[in-house]
This record gives sequence, C-alpha cells and structure tokens, in this order.
Amino acid sequence: MEFFLVQLLNGLAYGLLLFMLSSGLTLIFSMMGVLNFAHASFYMLGAYFAYQCSKWLGFWPALVVAPLLVAGIGALVERFGLRTVHKFGHVAELLLTFGLAYVIEEIVHLVWGRAAVDYQIPEALNFTAFHILTSSYPAYRVFMMAISIAMLIGLYLGLTRTRVGLVIQASLTHPEMVEALGHNVPRVFMLVFAAGAALAGLAGVIGGNAFVTEPGMAAAVGSIVFVVVVFGGMGSLLGAFIASLLIGMVQTFSVGIDYSIGDLAGLFGAQIPEQFASITLARMAPMLPYLLMVMMLVMRPKGLMGTRET
Amino acid sequence: MSEQRSGITPWIVTIALAIALPLLFNKGFSLSLFCQMGINIIFALSYNMLLGQTGMLSFGHAVYFGLAAYFCAHALNAMGQGAFSFPVTLLPLIGGVIGLLFGVVLGYITTKRSGTPFAMISLGIGELVAAGSQMFPDFFGGEAGISTNRVVGPKALGISYGPQIQVYYLIAAWALLSAIAMYAFTKTPLGRMANAVRDNAERAQFVGYDPQRVRYLVFIVASFFAGVAGALSAINFEIVTVENVGLAASGFVLFMAFMGGTGSFYGPVIGAILVTFLQVALSGYTKAWLLYLGLFFLLMVLFAPGGIASLIELHRPAWRARQLGKLLPGYVALLVPVLIGFAGAVGLIEMIYFVETSGGGEGEMRLLGVSVDARQPTAWMVCFALVVIGVLGFRQLRPHLLRRWDDVTLALRAAETRAPSAAVPGVGT
Repeated sequence: MEFFLVQLLNGLAYGLLLFMLSSGLTLIFSMMGVLNFAHASFYMLGAYFAYQCSKWLGFWPALVVAPLLVAGIGALVERFGLRTVHKFGHVAELLLTFGLAYVIEEIVHLVWGRAAVDYQIPEALNFTAFHILTSSYPAYRVFMMAISIAMLIGLYLGLTRTRVGLVIQASLTHPEMVEALGHNVPRVFMLVFAAGAALAGLAGVIGGNAFVTEPGMAAAVGSIVFVVVVFGGMGSLLGAFIASLLIGMVQTFSVGIDYSIGDLAGLFGAQIPEQFASITLARMAPMLPYLLMVMMLVMRPKGLMGTRET
Repeated sequence: MSEQRSGITPWIVTIALAIALPLLFNKGFSLSLFCQMGINIIFALSYNMLLGQTGMLSFGHAVYFGLAAYFCAHALNAMGQGAFSFPVTLLPLIGGVIGLLFGVVLGYITTKRSGTPFAMISLGIGELVAAGSQMFPDFFGGEAGISTNRVVGPKALGISYGPQIQVYYLIAAWALLSAIAMYAFTKTPLGRMANAVRDNAERAQFVGYDPQRVRYLVFIVASFFAGVAGALSAINFEIVTVENVGLAASGFVLFMAFMGGTGSFYGPVIGAILVTFLQVALSGYTKAWLLYLGLFFLLMVLFAPGGIASLIELHRPAWRARQLGKLLPGYVALLVPVLIGFAGAVGLIEMIYFVETSGGGEGEMRLLGVSVDARQPTAWMVCFALVVIGVLGFRQLRPHLLRRWDDVTLALRAAETRAPSAAVPGVGT
C-alpha cells in the first residue's frame, strides 16, 4: 500500500512533467502541422540553462530566466528556420527539427561536456514534505506537481479566456479567416512555437534536477513524448494529458515491480523457456511505452482522442 | 528519378572504378574506407526507396540493418562451431531474408499510416527494438556486442575472406548487384506506383491501387536491401553492437540519403560516399565532427533540400550548352568569403571545445597549423571578425552570381525556342 501510494505520486509528478512537454508539442503540431523533433532538446536546454543560471544567480531567477531564453531560441528557430523551409513541405520541416536536435545535442557536448552536470535541488526545497506511513515524500516533487498544475491551469485559461488565446484557437482551424480579420498569423505561429519551447524549457528547469541533467536526456525523453502524442492522438490536448499521466504511471510503476514473465505464465499453468521466463517487468520497463504505442496503433490507429486518420 | 538518361555508360564506369580503386589506393586505411562506403551505399540506396521513391520518412531503418547483422554474426559463430556450413559469399542473401522477414512483421505496423505519423511510428518501432536489445543480452551481447570471425565455411576458389581485399571485392560485388536490382526496381510497375503514392496517394487510390499496400511492399523490399548491407557490415567489421540498431544509425542513413539527394537514383550514392568519408576523415581530426555534420545537414535542409544531386542537376543544362564557364568566375569569387567565414566558424567551435576539454584553456592549442592561445581574447576576436567578414562578403557577392545565373538561363531559353525540336507543347515543363 505504501509502495503503491508513493509510486502513484511519483508517477503523477512524472506524468505532469510529460504533459508540459507534450502539450507544447501538440499545440505546435495542430497549428503548423510540424512535428517538432527538437522539442525534447528545448527541454534539455532548459535544464542546462537553469544549471548555469542557478550557479550564477540562484534557482529562483533561473526558474524565470531559463524558460525565457529557451523561448527566444524557439522564436528564432521558427522565424529563420521553419519559415524558410515551409515552402519545401512537411518533410523538410521535420528534417530541419531533426537536424536541430542533433546540433543542439552536439552543442551541449561542446559547452558542458559529455558527463552529467551537478544541477541540484535548491536548499529551500530540499526537505521532507510529508510522510506516507513510514516513507517520507520530498517537497521538491510536490513543488514540481504544483508548478505543472499551475502551468496547466494557466495554459487552459490562456487559451480559452484571453484574446490572444482565442486568436490562437481560431488560427488552428481557420488561418485564412484570421488573417483576413487583420491578425498576423505567422507571428501567432512564432508565438505558439516560442510558448511551446518555453513550456519545454520550464519542464527542463524543474525536471533537470529531479532526474539527471546530461546530454542524453533529450533523446531519452524525446521518444517517450512522441509515444505520448501518438498514443493520445495527434493534435488532441486532452488525449495528450491522459496519455502523459498513463505513460508516467506505467514507467514509474513498472521499474519497481519484480514480477517476471515466468510468474505470469505460471498463473496460467504454462511453461516457457528460461530466457523469457526470467524477464521481469522492471527489465521490460524501457520497452513498455513503445509496446503500448504499437498496441494502440494496431487497435485504434488515430490514437485515444485523435480525430484525424493520417 | 532520372529516367531520361538511363544509359549504360555510368554503370560501366562505376564497375570499372570499383575494380580499379583498390589497385590505385592500396593502403589498409583506404581499403577499409572503401568497404564502409560500399556497405553504406547499399544502405542509403535502400533508405531512398522509402524516402525518395515512396515519400516515407523513416527514423528506424537501422532496425533491419542491425537485426540482419546480428543474425549473420550468430550464423558465422554457429558455422565456426561447426553447427552448419554455408558459403560466406552468399551470407548477405541470408541477411536480406532476415531484413525482409522483420520488414514483413514490423513494416505492417509502420506502414499503417503515412506522412508524419509514419515518421513517428518508425521512430517508436526503432526505439522498441533498441530498448528490447537490453532484454536479451544473450542475443544482443549487451554493451560489448557480438564478436564473430568471418573466416569460416567452405572456401571456394581459395577465397577465405581473411585478407581485407577479398572482403572489399565481396562488398563491391554485392553493392553493384544491389544497386542494379534497386535501379531495376524503380522501373517495375510497383516502383512506378510507389512514385504515384508519394506524389498523390488519393489519385493512386482512384486508379485502383491501395496506397497502404504499395507502401508496405516497398517497405519490405527496402528492408531486404538494408539486411544485405547489415550482413556485409557483420562480415566486414566482425562485430555487431547495439548501436547498429539504434536511432543514431537510423539518423545516419537519413543524413546520407538526404545530403546526397533523394530526388535522383545516384544521390544517395554520393551522400554515402561523402558522409562516410567525413565520418572517417573528420573524426580523426576533431571531436566536434558530429557538430559539423549536423550543421552541414541543417544548411542543406535550409538551402538545398534536394541534396547534392539536385545541385548537379541544376547545372546540367548549362553544362550541356557549354555555358558553365560563364558561371565559374562568380562561384570562385563567392568561394572566398565562404572559406573565410568557414575558417572563422571552425576556429570558434574548436576553441570552445578546447577550453571545455582542457579545463579553462590551459596549454597550447594548434589551429590549422597556427599556435593559438585560447585564453587571450585576440584569437576569439579574430575568428569572430572572420565570420562577420565572410557573411558580409557573401551577401555582397551573391547578387553578382545570381545576375550571371539569370543571363545563362535566359540564353539557354532563347536557344531552346530557336531549336524547333524542343518546342513540343504539352510535354514536360
């Protein structure tokens, strides 16, 4: 029971972090039709910028500065990269962001080295928030969840209650009409791209010290975020939310469970070869999100909440 | 596809070159370079069946290459223990069949959708296999990979595949065979339908072809050739590691095909040769070579999305009309600022790298033969100035070249209207 509660909270924290990434990715995708391969790289940049800022200025300024820096980079990428290749079609846009992810990883290698950097949880948040039976729960995880939920509410209110949000929503479905009404749609695109990058950057700031800040973090999280987006249905924010939490839970729970395939087979009285029987759920953990995605694609190709087939 | 000039001459030249190359450059280094190029040519060509021919942007093509390589390494090991006997010469065929089988299974899921979802699913499948490789250490060999020994099996005509030169000719023969087969594939009805599906899937459907089925079949064929390349890689390197199935390898083949040019059959060949050369040559000089490769790729996506082959095709009419000489001075002039800016950028990157690795820029650093003190601002300012000069010079000289380019195009068009044979209305644009 205790294990279950702790893992549930951890899974929630991780799932909300995933949603901060996948929401930006989903917004960008549904608006521009661009799948941003570099999205997880923005997450990584957020973590590294926060590491550098917290060395110079402290954690709290970093919480604001790092996402803004990432947003700036995102805006530049949209203005000078994506807008240039837009005329060549979606494949070129996808390739641009793919190349960018590559280059960002190499630049991180260049500037911060190949090993993980020592980006730590701030002292002010390094205490035990509460106890679940006997195990203590760190305050930083609670802080992470609070930031994520605040962002989530902010995103929702921003999209539905503000003028800018309404223009964005309108640009999703009727870009020509919005343009005809005198709004600068390319600038809206840039804004959305920058905002998505900022969200990813913020996720990096709060995720980088909770997990680990290293050059491989973009690749590790990037594929999971893609799984989330495909699983939830491309272009659906609600689907991305559900999928984020689900994948977050699956990943958190599976690493702590020692049941093996042999045990499962034993329940049904089946005998399977030792090579397979000895595989525990914990060892299968890295594979599970991808397996879920493949199963979803076989059974429901448009994803959980997706509306379009292709 | 370049179907108008399907002459036999380029093939004969290629065959002659493949035979003559090791005689001209017979050092061990160049020989192993040629071997890698041959493998990558097959791999890149098979990738272009997906991207260039059918419009499927795959981020998981290394799965079929890597899995075939693993199976072949295990087959070689089993032969070494005397479990069975099979000529090594034909091992790539087994690799191809392995690739094909995985293509049949995994391709069915991957090709269910097209466009961006296809790209994501291929990535997911790639990650699935890469993550799965940790679950079966017996098969994938964990961190160390699977080592093998290619000198097994029956020896026909005294060929043992011990010496690298024999492996080279094995790879060259398979590369040529595969290239011919893949070229022939572009001429088959299926190859044609693949182009139709790429250009307009809806119309292809109206003609009576199921686009999903066409994509699936092409995917299977491409997986076969990826498997051939994978088998050759197992024979050549005598080791297969988890990296062979991973995303990095999939990205690499994408780089090769794209930089060479996906719009023509020979594009990926150029790309494979170029990227392999950069990989082997640059990685010896600088640790930041992946950064250079990535930046080069970005520049290509931004300014020449058709790859090197498209640049060649662009100049072909001028070359035919012997007008290329008029463009040459403009290019040479443009080369000067490009080289200046390039030198500055390389200097900056290398200095950042030097400061990072040497712990604050201690010690002497050599840049293109010049001793540089990375702690002094002088070197940084010089490099930065070089970049600025390069960019400004490029902007200054580019209009000049463009004007020349317009002159040549106009002259070509004028010549075309004068020649009556070219003035057939409705044929081509």
